[in-house]
Amino acid sequence: MADAAIHGHEHEDQRGFFTRWFMSTNHKDIGILYLIFAAFTGLISVTFTVFMRLELMEPGVQYMCLEGFRLFGGGGECTPNGHLWNVLITYHGVLMMFFVVIPALFGGFGNYFMPLQIGAPDMAFPRMNNLSFWLYVAGTSLGVASMLTPGGNDQLGSGVGWVLYPPLSVKEGGMSMDLAIFAVHVSGASSILGAINMITTFLNMRAPGMTLFKVPLFAWSIFVTSWLILLSLPVLAGAITMLLMDRNFGFTFFDPAGGGDPVLYQHILWFFGHPEVYIVILPGFGLISHVIATFSRKPVFGYLPMVWALIAIGVLGFVVWAHHMYTVGLSLNQQAYFMMATMVIAVPTGVKIFSWIATMWGGSIEFKAPMLFAFGFLVLFTIGGVTGIVLSQAGVDRAYHDTYYVVAHFHYTMSMGAAFCIFAGVYFYFGKMTGRQYPEGLAKLHFWLFFIGVNLTFFPQHFLGRQGMPRRYIDYPEAFAFWNKISSTGALISFASFLLFFGIMFYSLFRGARVTEKNYWNEYADTLEWTLPSPPPEHTFEQLPKREDWDKGHAH
Amino acid sequence: MAHAKNHDYHIINPSPWPLLAAVGGFAMLFGAVLWMHGVTAFLFWAGLVVVLYVMYGWWSEVVAEARVGDHTPVVRIGLRYGFILFIMSEVMFFFAWFWSFFKHAIYPMQDYFGTEYVAPHIHAVDPFHLPLINTVVLLLSGCAVTWAHHALVHGNDRKGLIQGLAIAIVLGVAFTGLQGYEYFILLTHDGWEFGGDQFYSNFFMATGFHGFHVIIGTLFLLVCLIRAMKGDFTPEQHVGFEAAAWYWHFVDVVWLFLFFAVYIWGTSGLS
Repeated sequence: MADAAIHGHEHEDQRGFFTRWFMSTNHKDIGILYLIFAAFTGLISVTFTVFMRLELMEPGVQYMCLEGFRLFGGGGECTPNGHLWNVLITYHGVLMMFFVVIPALFGGFGNYFMPLQIGAPDMAFPRMNNLSFWLYVAGTSLGVASMLTPGGNDQLGSGVGWVLYPPLSVKEGGMSMDLAIFAVHVSGASSILGAINMITTFLNMRAPGMTLFKVPLFAWSIFVTSWLILLSLPVLAGAITMLLMDRNFGFTFFDPAGGGDPVLYQHILWFFGHPEVYIVILPGFGLISHVIATFSRKPVFGYLPMVWALIAIGVLGFVVWAHHMYTVGLSLNQQAYFMMATMVIAVPTGVKIFSWIATMWGGSIEFKAPMLFAFGFLVLFTIGGVTGIVLSQAGVDRAYHDTYYVVAHFHYTMSMGAAFCIFAGVYFYFGKMTGRQYPEGLAKLHFWLFFIGVNLTFFPQHFLGRQGMPRRYIDYPEAFAFWNKISSTGALISFASFLLFFGIMFYSLFRGARVTEKNYWNEYADTLEWTLPSPPPEHTFEQLPKREDWDKGHAH
Repeated sequence: MAHAKNHDYHIINPSPWPLLAAVGGFAMLFGAVLWMHGVTAFLFWAGLVVVLYVMYGWWSEVVAEARVGDHTPVVRIGLRYGFILFIMSEVMFFFAWFWSFFKHAIYPMQDYFGTEYVAPHIHAVDPFHLPLINTVVLLLSGCAVTWAHHALVHGNDRKGLIQGLAIAIVLGVAFTGLQGYEYFILLTHDGWEFGGDQFYSNFFMATGFHGFHVIIGTLFLLVCLIRAMKGDFTPEQHVGFEAAAWYWHFVDVVWLFLFFAVYIWGTSGLS
């Protein structure tokens, strides 16, 4: 079984540091670059939220003052600096959506493990793969530059929200907004090139005998995600190009004074934006399937329905966008349609949730750190999904629109759904990627701190939303003080867990126990990456894997 | 047999192009912002030069790899998949512009707000003069490409290949020239403006992006012509040519949609 996979492990890696990491054409190295860069961008983005939650800890404005930013409060007059607040929410959203979660799950794990799972020696277009990564870096740089250049209200940065709605985004002064638009353009180009690469690799480079419905679920999830990226991101590129023209060349796509329509932007944005949230979560679905199967010591339940559920979620994701816009004045018929269509998505999602539960049912469950995160994902994503069904009701949404209920909902799906998947993936594959193992106890501590922290942060936000607290405000009346205090405390706990995570990563990289086995979990981790040494050699599958390496029979 | 491989995929050596492309792209876009805000145009042009240099260097390398036989049949299939997917993403880019156009054509804002707030603009251009000629020019150019393809595939007729490509390119350039002429007339004689109204916005961005794609497609065909004259392309292996031809047909089809929607429907007062 092994000799098919490993060749060249006796061969010294002769690439220099610069050649290996800056001129890479190796999917595994590029995947690692993605993960590292996404982690640090994530740290920036998370730091913003800590500042914001600090500000929201007490009613009144204590930290974000026009007189200057105060880290520890302190005396003197404080005129609230709403622009700074708006900038932080904007860049938190933009960075998380475009520059953290997609690069980590799709770029990082997708690059590293999709080719391995299908037994491909590399990606179809290895050079273009690296272009995707460097464009992602260029996009992040433009995004950070946008934050530090003159924007609205004669201050730095743009405070328009991550959705960049006109007319605010058109009227916002300075260069900042234009840089943000280009940042999104570049990150979009990066993702589209990545998607082209992934689809081609998936279709053209599967191991001999591996038909479509024998491909492991993670590779499938990357394939479906790629289609969503390929078909939705160019539409966003069009929308923000319109913004750019409106801003700089006197066009009136979104300006009623010239016959334009600001709601048009919302339609086009959300035509991208809704597939985007599935782009964020689908690769996580794939990872979770492998983690749950491995630690339940059972093959995943209902492989075929799992695949079709992925496809169905992908397709339905394109026809529900206007449920983000119930309050803009859609006709009743439109609202009724988008409400029904949205609820339909609960069906394939339910198929997945119940299949994961059925996988665990009667299994011999072992709560290692990846499984804890998978379990946490299952619970929290279900909560986020259920509040999603609540929000899908156009009538109910009248009350909840733009309240903290929405914030709680999408953080349960993304901040907890996607982030738990990323952590599950990192702990699951850390030994495979680095050849060293993480310390189990600390990782479990990380899980519990994070789990408690995020729940304390976001669960009270449902209550705040029901009480009518609007999102995106720097301040709030006394009546909301109690749950905000709890929420901010939770945010500090989850930040502590995030720092602990970085500590664990550095510790494991330099001091972690060496991994000697190829498959350090158990025989239910039965995809092709587990037939390779840890870490895998520079070139994998120079001899294509044989059918018995991956076709385990019991798996599907 | 430590390093033997038993597959036909193309494993590529480390390459400086991606990093350089990203640096150039960053400079170009940062420079574009500086330029739009009246600071300096220099950084934009410098970035553009880097990007163009990367395109030249990178794709020359691809052509060189094709010549030494790295493009095995399975790699050629992959390249085709990749290019078709790229065209699909381009289609979705135009989807956004057509969305904006159809929205305003079917549901103009004055229907909601009345003419007191939103002046209805009727901008007429006769679609059956210059735009129809342009349609014919572009479709004929597509025919010429198909002729060249046919000549190559059936019997490796080099003369037919080169002539067909040359005619396609000349017609492509003619299209761009006629389109430029039309813009010129509309803006200088017919009182149209570049912006300031949603119809102008949709018209100039949709046709403008199409025109930009025509220029790219023409250059792509030109590269194929040069390669054909140097003796590249065989009846079995001509992925570059095939990609250029597909791209050209995609540009054709977008134009047909533009012609029927933006020109015939949009400017005839039907909407």
